[in-house]
Order: sequence, then structure tokens, then C-alpha cells
Amino acid sequence: MNLLLLAVLLALAGAAYLLGRRRATKLVGGDPRALHSRPTYHGYYVALWCGLPALALVLVWWLAQPQVLDRVVLAEAPASVQQLPPERVDLFLRDARSLAYGGVTSGTPTPELERAAERFRSLQTAGRVGLSAAALSLAVAGLTWGRRRVSPEFRARNAVERSLDVFLVSCSTVAILTTIGIVLSLIFEAARFFALVSPTEFLFGTQWSPQTALRADQVGSSGAFGAIPVFAGTLVITIIAMAVAVPVGLMAAIYLSEYARSSARAVLKPVLEVLAGVPTVVYGFFAALTVGPVIRGIGNTVGLDVASESALGAGLVMGIMIIPFVSSLSDDVISAVPQAMRDGALGLGSTKSEMIKRVVLPAALHGIVGAVLLAVSRAIGETMIVVMAAGLAANLTANPLEAVTTVTVQIVTLLVGDQEFDSAKTLAAFALGLVLFFVTLVLNVIALRVVRRYREQYE
Amino acid sequence: MALASTLPKIVARDVDCFYGDKQALFCVNLDISEKQVTALIGPSGCGKSTFLRCLNRMNDVIDGCRVTGKLELDAEDIYGPDVDVVKLRARVGMVFQKPNPFPKSIYENVAYGPRIHGLVSNRGELDELVEWSLEKAGLLGEVKDRLQEPGTGLSGGQQQRLCIARAIAVSPEVILMDEPCSALDPIATAKIEELTDELRENFTNVIVTHNMQQAARVSQRTAFFHLGILVEEGETGKIFTNPGNERTQDYITGRFG
Ligand SMILES: Nc1ncnc2c1ncn2[C@@H]1O[C@H](COP(=O)(O)OP(=O)(O)OP(=O)(O)O)[C@@H](O)[C@H]1O
Ligand SMILES: [Mg+2]
Repeated sequence: MNLLLLAVLLALAGAAYLLGRRRATKLVGGDPRALHSRPTYHGYYVALWCGLPALALVLVWWLAQPQVLDRVVLAEAPASVQQLPPERVDLFLRDARSLAYGGVTSGTPTPELERAAERFRSLQTAGRVGLSAAALSLAVAGLTWGRRRVSPEFRARNAVERSLDVFLVSCSTVAILTTIGIVLSLIFEAARFFALVSPTEFLFGTQWSPQTALRADQVGSSGAFGAIPVFAGTLVITIIAMAVAVPVGLMAAIYLSEYARSSARAVLKPVLEVLAGVPTVVYGFFAALTVGPVIRGIGNTVGLDVASESALGAGLVMGIMIIPFVSSLSDDVISAVPQAMRDGALGLGSTKSEMIKRVVLPAALHGIVGAVLLAVSRAIGETMIVVMAAGLAANLTANPLEAVTTVTVQIVTLLVGDQEFDSAKTLAAFALGLVLFFVTLVLNVIALRVVRRYREQYE
Repeated sequence: MALASTLPKIVARDVDCFYGDKQALFCVNLDISEKQVTALIGPSGCGKSTFLRCLNRMNDVIDGCRVTGKLELDAEDIYGPDVDVVKLRARVGMVFQKPNPFPKSIYENVAYGPRIHGLVSNRGELDELVEWSLEKAGLLGEVKDRLQEPGTGLSGGQQQRLCIARAIAVSPEVILMDEPCSALDPIATAKIEELTDELRENFTNVIVTHNMQQAARVSQRTAFFHLGILVEEGETGKIFTNPGNERTQDYITGRFG
């Protein structure tokens, strides 16, 4: 029924478009040059008048209907129901709705409930009919009004473009508002956490053991929420991953764009990009089951003590995962350096490697830095590999052979399972998230600055 | 003229050039005299750039490009098996049709060549060489106070002179210029023509141009290409006043091309 209404409204708008266009053409006797705006714009104008108000009405009604119906039903219910405590009233209404639209009720229906359900049903039908009638008449009214305004001098194009403007702006506003919403919720939850644990303790403490804090005598007890080991773990793993991904990725990109023959490139580039499509879980068990034991074995033969879950294993595999990001993006920017630059360098008697080092790479630097920073964000935010291969122990260590834990892993372990969302333990996840968000934000800002500063423009 | 007595710097014999299956040059024979300006003229697509690029092997960069025949620089085979392309290009510099300064400072643009070839031993010498080159290219006055600003920030004509300065900074023996003035206004063009004339003291110069007056003004010898064939070659004065070939005559009088 609702879908049908929408379809009818759309059809009406389509018809309005045709009508508007035809009227515009007819008014000037078929010579579109006599019009201020082209006939199609008149068509769009009429269609907008026909469709938008009606659609807006439908939308508003859909949002408001549940509350309105509840109010009406409650107002008509007997006093015995109205005097119930609020949560019982809620239950009553819920039961009535389930009874009306076919669902499970919490007990055998009482006569009042039956009556309320009946009311819900009739109200809904009435609402539907009323809405359809209202929307359709609004659409027809809009059509007539819009069509009446069509005239040769009428600036339909400006009006249509203005509404398009509003539409585009509201789209970007939605994206921005969502982001702001996420950040705000992070901030509020984190604020609740910082009411329990002091920020200095969180930011500078070196002990991380949120699990013990569940015991009543230890809530917020000193040392349990020091996040330094967690961030140190993230740092160690990110450094290892970047130490793998940046050189390998960059060299691969240089090979692909400068040395590989086009036939080789056509095969290698997609293959490398397949690496980016492997789910991180797969990398995770590769790290845990293959790379971890190998590192451990090598460590044992040279007499080093290697934990079976080590930062090294997780970092290496994460580095491999990130290689395609670095190589693919860098390859794109390196290839985008104009041939004229290369010709200029070669024409002066540069060797190929001089040309690459002194002309091509500097010209592509901004893009390469961008690629690397993207990779860093990716490494910092990566979770799965670390959960599986780096361990959960919050060791404060710079030794890559020991188990470490990262911010993302801790967030996961804090929130997995049944949790009360008001203990310091779960709220800590939001604080960690907030800091993580802040770090990546700062990283991006720095990146933008760096790129702008050292950018070599070749246009 | 006494100029006729100079030795050929570059000798081309039976040069064919192919892009894949497509032949772009047919049996070109041409002597390029030392310390003179040789102009290459001809309608678009006739192979002037191709011939120019054969002379410093910039064609090597193009996939599927093949050159046969004999090309010699100072009686040494340019395409010989033990020729070092890098050295060759240091001896035979090139200025491209479209100005292509590196995205570096003006100073670094000119210093690039001397640096990679190790022509200078300290900063002082490098400064001197950069100034000398900019001076020679007639650009020094305009950029003296902003050597550290990006070369890409200059105007088109200044960029082209910067590219010339960059090319002469490595002291090549031959400079190839592919339509160096095609993107320039008359004033910048006049400056570059003047410069070409001066460069004749030190360098052998080959210049591609679509501008007949320019060819007549700056060059001592002119070669006319058509459809990949070298139609006629000789002293500039003679080519322009009394061409031996009908096609040359038609082209320079503007009847085709
Ligand atoms: N990279 C290439 N691949 C294939 N064919 C090419 C290539 N470069 C040039 N050609 C062909 O070779 C012929 C000669 O081209 P060339 O660039 O030498 O002409 P030109 O005389 O310099 O012309 P213009 O005055 O327009 O610059 C043309 O037919 C052209 O299509
Ligand atoms: Mg050309």
C-alpha cells in the first residue's frame, strides 16, 4: 500500500515533467529560443512542485504515525489503563500493537487490550486512506500551481538549480553530521570513563589490566587503566609493518612503472592487487599458524627466546597485507609523472636510476607520502591480524619478539561478550577509541601539511 | 661562403626509422656541419622530430622504435654496440618542443646536469656555472633574485630559456632544438633566435621549426623533409631563394603543408 502510494506519486511527477515541458514548448509555438529556460527545466520545475511536497508529507507522516496512534489509543483507553505506571503503559501499548498487527502478546488478551488493538487497526487504515488522499491532492495541487507558473520569461532553470543545490548540500551535511555524531558519542562515553578514571592515569599509566577492575574493590583502582602499554604495542607493530610495507611497496611500484614491460605490468599489477582483497582473517591465521611458528623456530635455533605470539609475526604479516596499498597508489602517482619530465632528464644524459631518483620520485613525492600515511592509518586500525597473532598481554616492551597488544585488540576484548555499559572496563574502550581517532586525525593533518609543503608541481 | 669549409659534425647515411611496422624516415642522408645552425623544415608529421631524436637516441625510449643505417658523431657510430647512451646524450643535448622544466627551483634545474655529470667540484663553481648558463640563455637578468623559486612558476618563454640554460650547462657539443619557439610570443621568440645565433660560437645547433622566416634568419643550412624523405638540403640562402625542388618551393612559399 505504501509502496503503491510512492509509485503513484512518482508516476504523477513523471507526468508533471511531461506536462510542464509540453506547456513550455507550446507557449512559444515550438521555438525554444523564445524561452528563458529550456523546456526540460520547466518540466523539472513542475515535477518538483508535484513530487516534493507530497513526498515530504508522506515522510513526515511515516515518522510521526507511531506516536500519534499511541497517543490517540491511550487517550481513549479506560482510566484503569491510564493510571498504570509508565512502563506498564508501554507494555500495554506494545501488546495492543502486537495483537493488532499479528505478533506475540505477553499474556492472554484482556477486553481493554482487544479494544485498543481494534482501535489501532482502524486508526491505521484511516491514516493510510487519509495520507493517500492528502498526498495525492497535494501532488495534484502542486502540479497545477507549477504548471500555471510556466511562462516564457519564467526562470525555471534557476529555480531547479537552486533546489538541486539544496539537495546536494543536504547530502554532504548528512555525511558530516554522521561523522560529528560518531565523534560526539565517543567523546560523551569517554567523558563517562574519565569520570571514573583520571585522564592522567589513563594517558600516562604503565599498567593495563582492565579485567581485574571488575572487582568491586578495584573499580578505577590506580594503575589498572594505564594505556601506555597498549599504545606502545600499536606503535611497535605499526613500525614493523611499515618497515616491511614501505620499502617493498615502493620498490614494487618503481619496478612496475619504470622497468616492467607492459606485458609484465599487465599481469603483475592485478596480482599484487589481489593481495589487497584477501580478508584480514586469512592473513590472521597465516600469521598465527605459519609465520609465528617459523619465527619461533628461527629464534630458537639462534638461541633467542621468542613468544609464540609475537609483535614481529603480526607486524610482518600486516606489512605484507599493506604492500599493495603502498605499491598500487605509488605506482599510480609515479606513472602520472609526465613523460616530458623523463625525456628532459634523459635528454641531459641521466641514467635511468638518476632520472628516477632525482626527477620522477621527487615529482611523485606528495602522492607517495599520501600512500604511506594511508598505509599507516590502515596499520593502526588493523585488528584481526593482531588479535590472532600478537596476543592480548599488555606488555610494555620494545622487544618485537614478545607478545604485545594494540589499541584495537583491547577495544575488541573489552566489548566482546555480555557487558554492562557503565563499568569502567567497557567505557575504557571508548576512551581508547577516542585517542585512536585523535591520533589518526593528527596524522592526517600532518600529512596534508607535509604534502603541501614539499609538493613539486609539474603542471 | 667560408662556412662551407667546416667539417661535418654529424653524418647520416641511409637512415631509416620505424615505429613498429610504420616507417617514419626513408633513407635520409644528411651532413650537419660543426658550429653552424641547421634548420629542419617540413610539414607536420614528416619526420623532423623523429630524425632529431635519432641523433641523441631519444628514440630508444619509445617502445618498438627501430633505427637502421649509419649515424656518426665525430666519425663514431652513434648506434654502435659499445656506445654509452648516457655519455652520448651529454654530448648531444636536447631542448623539447614543450618547455619541460623539472618541478624544482630555477637553480636546481640548471644545476641538475652538472651535478649528475660531476662537472663541478664545489658549490662556488656550481654557482658560477649556473649563472653562466642562465646568462647565455638570456634569462639571468629576469631571475637573478629568485633562483630558489620553482622553475615551473616562470612564463612559457622563460621556461623554454630555462630549458636551454639547463641544456647548455652540461656543455654539450651539439644542441638539438625541437620547435623551441612554438609556444612563445614574438618577443620571447626573438630572444631565443638571438640566443641561437650566439650559441653558434660554441655549439653545433640543429633546430626544427615551422616558421620559414625563423629558419631563414637563424640557420646557415636548411633541410626540407616531406613524408619521411629528405627532399632537399643546402645553404639556407639558396634553399629560400632558389630551391632545386618543386616541393620545396611549394612548401616555403606556403602552397602546401
Ligand atoms: N611514438 C610514435 N609511435 C608511432 N608513430 C609515431 C611516433 N612518433 C611519431 N610517429 C609517426 O612518425 C611520423 C613522423 O612523426 P614526427 O613526430 O617525426 O613528425 P614531425 O615532423 O616532428 O611533425 P610535427 O611538425 O607535427 O612535430 C608521423 O607519421 C607520426 O605519426
Ligand atoms: Mg615534431
